[in-house]
Amino acid sequence: MSRLLKRRETLLFVIIAIMIAGFATRATGFATPANLANILNDTAILIILALAQMTVILTKSIDLSVAANLAFTGMAVAMLNAAYPDLPLVVLVLTAIAIGAALGVINGYLVWALEIPPIVVTLGTLTIYRGMAFVLSGGAWVNAHQMTPIFLNATRTVVLGLPVLSWIAILIVALVYVILRHTPFGRATYAAGGNPVAAVYAGIDVGWTRFLAFVLSGALAGLSGYLWVARYAVAYVEIANGFELDSVAACVIGGISIAGGVGTVAGAVLGSLFLGVIKNALPVIGISPFTQMAISGTVIILAVVFNARRERSRGRIILRDQAAKETDSEELAA
Amino acid sequence: MSDASTTASRSEKRIIPDRLSTPFKRVMASWEVLLLGVAIAIFIFNSLASPYFLDAWNLSDATYNFTEKAMIAFAMALLVIAGEIDLSVAAIIALASTAMGAAAQTGAGTPVLVAIGLGVGLACGIFNGFLVSGMKLPSIVVTIGTMSLFRGISYIVLGDQAYGNYPEDFAFFGQGYVVWVFSFEFVLFVLFAIAFSILLHATNFGRQVFTIGNNEFAARFSGIPVERVKFILFMLTGLMSGIAAVCLTSRLGSTRPSIAQGWELEVVTMVVLGGVSILGGSGTIGGVVIAAFVMGLVTFGLGLLNVPGIVMSIFIGLLLIVTIALPIVARRLKAMGSK
Repeated sequence: MSRLLKRRETLLFVIIAIMIAGFATRATGFATPANLANILNDTAILIILALAQMTVILTKSIDLSVAANLAFTGMAVAMLNAAYPDLPLVVLVLTAIAIGAALGVINGYLVWALEIPPIVVTLGTLTIYRGMAFVLSGGAWVNAHQMTPIFLNATRTVVLGLPVLSWIAILIVALVYVILRHTPFGRATYAAGGNPVAAVYAGIDVGWTRFLAFVLSGALAGLSGYLWVARYAVAYVEIANGFELDSVAACVIGGISIAGGVGTVAGAVLGSLFLGVIKNALPVIGISPFTQMAISGTVIILAVVFNARRERSRGRIILRDQAAKETDSEELAA
Repeated sequence: MSDASTTASRSEKRIIPDRLSTPFKRVMASWEVLLLGVAIAIFIFNSLASPYFLDAWNLSDATYNFTEKAMIAFAMALLVIAGEIDLSVAAIIALASTAMGAAAQTGAGTPVLVAIGLGVGLACGIFNGFLVSGMKLPSIVVTIGTMSLFRGISYIVLGDQAYGNYPEDFAFFGQGYVVWVFSFEFVLFVLFAIAFSILLHATNFGRQVFTIGNNEFAARFSGIPVERVKFILFMLTGLMSGIAAVCLTSRLGSTRPSIAQGWELEVVTMVVLGGVSILGGSGTIGGVVIAAFVMGLVTFGLGLLNVPGIVMSIFIGLLLIVTIALPIVARRLKAMGSK
């Protein structure tokens, strides 16, 4: 099975490589290292959010509030920076992570303690968090001249050939990889999503695992809030509108099963890069950027068809789904 | 033990009490009555808070806040009860509206426009239905995909442009009145409410929908054509989105690719607020109707108080979470008290 998974990521990698090569024939300079680094930097925030989303999806949940969380946190730190220019950047970044995590705690608590389905909870908090961003700012924008240069430039500084933003994404990829592969919590996310019944019998607290996944997702969304505002040098209520679906799309393309328990960090990263390459290539090869949405839609549908084929060939999906339904009712009755 | 009749959340095993409580008690403890209480409370609060609220024409205007969304919510309720979801409904509106706009530019008459709107909606529904029931894919991801695809096609066609120039008599669907203050849309909403209540609560098809949502395997073993029922439900949801597209386009008189942006979440909120279990298997059309009124009254009342739209969405989000959490918390407290 690990060979199968490996093949999946390799395949996606090959597709991305072919795409880049194809675009390079239409626009010379597309495949240059400088442009590829540029694409990575453009996709950095999506990669971080896709990893956040993936952790939650692994536990058989979904977090539709990541983009709203990003908008609220981004607005909060931008206003903080505008009001108190003397605050060191470290404090602001930590504040962003803390605010994001706190919003994640709200999601996680409602899912864990009240057992409200995650899609309902995050559908609600999605509108609440973005509304709070409006209440906080009064609808006003925080523009580049109101923010301090260090706040804006820290992520643009080039270190070892790549901007800090890209390095942060790489660091987060490594961090999430270690968390998912080498910590009890990480293994629990796979178990809780893959087969909740077996997870309970194995002594794993499924609800608590989901709670932690939401907190991690919130913290990463909060960090992305700062990164987004610093990158685009402006904060307003509608930033990253609809980005939650991009994060889900990146996961689906990367082979992360929406039914939980299946998926790798490499898949999420490649799924994000896939979307990032398309987004960057369209204007370069002279296709209207308006086609981007239809293309990602088509890609998502194809990816789902492809995923389903693969899962069906293993012949376990039905059993797993049925088992999950049973736990849900059993757990809650207890 | 009236808990078992609470349709808010099916997240627990069915408790079958030794003796049912009296029918009156069961009705009083039902989700719909609770929601009706909320609606009445909001109504009273609004009429006290704003002197402009209690006016027939103002209230008639308020119905536009929910009629189009509610039409989709009826079909979506059936879909959710059957254990599926369709997040592409707002994108279907965008695509259907774009198709109608394109036809209007070539001078098509009103009957043709309506046929195109309904046809595109139906075609989108068939596409969703084929992917979900034909190819057996999870509906939540499929419809996230088709959501991008349908709206994406609108963006390809329109870009940053807009369609206008609809024929004059086309305006009737979104702006016309049947009698007195009752708009065409409101009458349509009432008719659909009745039709869907009958379909869900008084036909074999409706029973099949509930059975599938409760236990798909048992449904299959009982000889219910699960895939066909789901396919029909997706078609129906697409068709209702097409009808909503006709009404909305007619009301606005123009089409942009961003038309009805974010409506899928509001429609799902309406359905869940109406007491339909997001896990499938339970819910009533009556609940969705009351939820539509609650959401319409909240947005309209807050609008009269000059509350901006985005702040209203906070209230909608809170309403969604609190109405679902409250019965759960109450049950917990009750369980703790009895121990």
